[in-house]
Amino acid sequence: MQNVIKEGWLTFKSIFIGMGVTMRHLFSPSVTELYPEEKIELPKGVRAKLYVNIDDCIGCNLCARACPVNCIDIETVMATSDVDLGKTSTGNPKRFWLTRFNIDMAKCMYCDLCVPPCPTDCIYMVPEYEYSEFDRTNLVYHFSNLQPAMVAEVKEKAEKEAEEKRRKKEEEKKKKEEEKKKKEMQAKNELADNSDEKNDSSKPEKGD
Amino acid sequence: MAEILGNITISLVHVAIPLTIILLFALVAIWGERKIAGFIQDRLGPYRVGGWHGWAQSIADLLKLLQKEDIIPKDANRFLFKFAPFMMFTASFAAFAVIPFSSAYIGSMINIGVFYLLAVTSILTLSVIMAGWASNNKWSLLGGMRGAAQLISYEVPTIASVLMVIVVSGSLNLMTVTEMQSGNDVLGFLPNWFIFQNPFLIIGFVIFFISILAESHRVPFDLPESESELVAGYQTEYSGMRWAMFMLAEYADMLLLSLLGATLFFGGWNSPFGDFMAGPVWGFFWFMLKGLLLVFVMMWIRWTLPRYRVDHLMHICWNVLIPLAFVNLVLVALWEVIF
Repeated sequence: MQNVIKEGWLTFKSIFIGMGVTMRHLFSPSVTELYPEEKIELPKGVRAKLYVNIDDCIGCNLCARACPVNCIDIETVMATSDVDLGKTSTGNPKRFWLTRFNIDMAKCMYCDLCVPPCPTDCIYMVPEYEYSEFDRTNLVYHFSNLQPAMVAEVKEKAEKEAEEKRRKKEEEKKKKEEEKKKKEMQAKNELADNSDEKNDSSKPEKGD
Repeated sequence: MAEILGNITISLVHVAIPLTIILLFALVAIWGERKIAGFIQDRLGPYRVGGWHGWAQSIADLLKLLQKEDIIPKDANRFLFKFAPFMMFTASFAAFAVIPFSSAYIGSMINIGVFYLLAVTSILTLSVIMAGWASNNKWSLLGGMRGAAQLISYEVPTIASVLMVIVVSGSLNLMTVTEMQSGNDVLGFLPNWFIFQNPFLIIGFVIFFISILAESHRVPFDLPESESELVAGYQTEYSGMRWAMFMLAEYADMLLLSLLGATLFFGGWNSPFGDFMAGPVWGFFWFMLKGLLLVFVMMWIRWTLPRYRVDHLMHICWNVLIPLAFVNLVLVALWEVIF
C-alpha cells in the first residue's frame, strides 16, 4: 500500500516536473531564423563561394595545382615584350595574359586549400551562399575578363613572338654553329698553314 | 403545418449553433495546437499563411484537403469505410445538445443530460472499430481494436467520476448542475464550484481528466492513432475530406469533454467573480474560456509526455483508476452526508 502511494506520488511528481519544463520552453524565445527575410550573419572565414580578384592574379597556377578535385581551370599566355601588364596591388609583376580562369563550383568541395598558396591573395571565399542554379553548367564561374577577340589576338601575338624567338634562337644557333665551323676551319687552316710553313721552311732546306 | 415548420427551423438553429462553435474551434485549435507545439519545442510553428503568425494555416489545410483524391482501398468494405468518419463526428456532435453554453442557451433541456451525453459518445467506439475493420488493413485493424478496448475501458472511470458530481448535485441536467454552482460562498470568497465544495472532488477531477484524455485519444493515451508504430491506426487508409472528418471529430470530442469537465467541476458558465461580469454573454465567454483552458492543458500534456504501452494503459485503467474512482465515490458521498 505504501509502495503504491509512493509510486503514485512519484508519477505525478515527474509529470509535473515535465510539464514545468515544457511550460518554461513555451515562453522562452524560439531559435527559428525566418530565413529568406532574416539572414544570420555568417561567421568569419566562412567557406561559401570562391571569388578571384582577376586584376591581382599573376597566372602562377598554384591554386589549380592545390585543388584536390581539379575544379580550377586556368590557361595563360605569355605576354609579349611590347606590352606591360603592370603590377599587382602586392607589387608582383604580371607576366601572363589570363585567357581562361574558370572555377566549377559544382565540383568545388569547399576545402579552402586553394586560398593559402596564392602569392597575391587574389583567390578567396566570399560569404555568399544563395547561388543555386537549375543548370549545372551555370555553376562554372568565368573570372577572366579578356574578350574572345582579345584572347585570339593575344594568342596570335604570343605565338608570333614565340616563333620569332624560336627563329632567332635558331639563327643564333646557326650563327654559333657557323662560327664554330669557321673557328674549326680557321683552326684547321692554321694547322694547315703551320704545316705549310714547316714544309716551306723545310723546302729550302731540302732544296739546299 | 406551421407548427412543424417552426419546429424544424428551431431544430436547425439548435444544430447550427454548436456546429459553428465546433468548426470555429477546430480552425483555431488545430492552428493553436501547432503553434503551442512549436513554442514548446522552441520553434515558431506555422508562420507564413495569412500574415500574423500564420493564422490562416487551418484554412489553407482545409482547402488542400478538399482537393485531395478520395481513395477507397479495393478490398475495403465500401459502405462502412465511407460511413465511419461521419458517424464518429455525429457521435461527438450529438452530445453538444445537452451542453449549457450560457445561462440563456442549451440545445435540449432534457433531465437525463449527462446520461445522454455519455451514451451518445460511446458510439465513438463503434465508429473507431468500424473504420479499423472496413479499411482491411493490419494497422487500421490493430488501431481500431486498441481504440475500442481503450474507449470501453476508460468509460468506466469517466462515468464513475461523473457520478461523483451527480452525487453532489443530485441532477443529471447539466443546466441544473451549473445553476447549483452559482455564487461565491466557499470559504467566503471562492466560487461555489463543485471542485471547491468537496475536497474529494479534486481527486474526482484528476480521475476525470485522465479518463477524458484517454476518451478523446490524446497523448499519452493516443494508442489508436499512434503514428510512430501503427502509421496512423484506424486512419491509415483515409485521405482527403474523410480524414478531415476524423480530425474534426477528434477536436470536437476534445472540446466536448473539456466543456463537460468545465460544467461539472468548474461551474460552467458561472463567472469566477460572482455577479461581476455575469450574464448570458459573459457566461458564454467564461464557459468557453474554461473549456479552452482544459483543451490547452491537454495540448500541453501532449507535448510533454510520451505514449503509454498498451498493457500499461489497461493497468492504469483497471488497476488504478477504477478502484480509486469507486473508493472516491463513496468518500464523496460520505462527505455529502456528513456536511
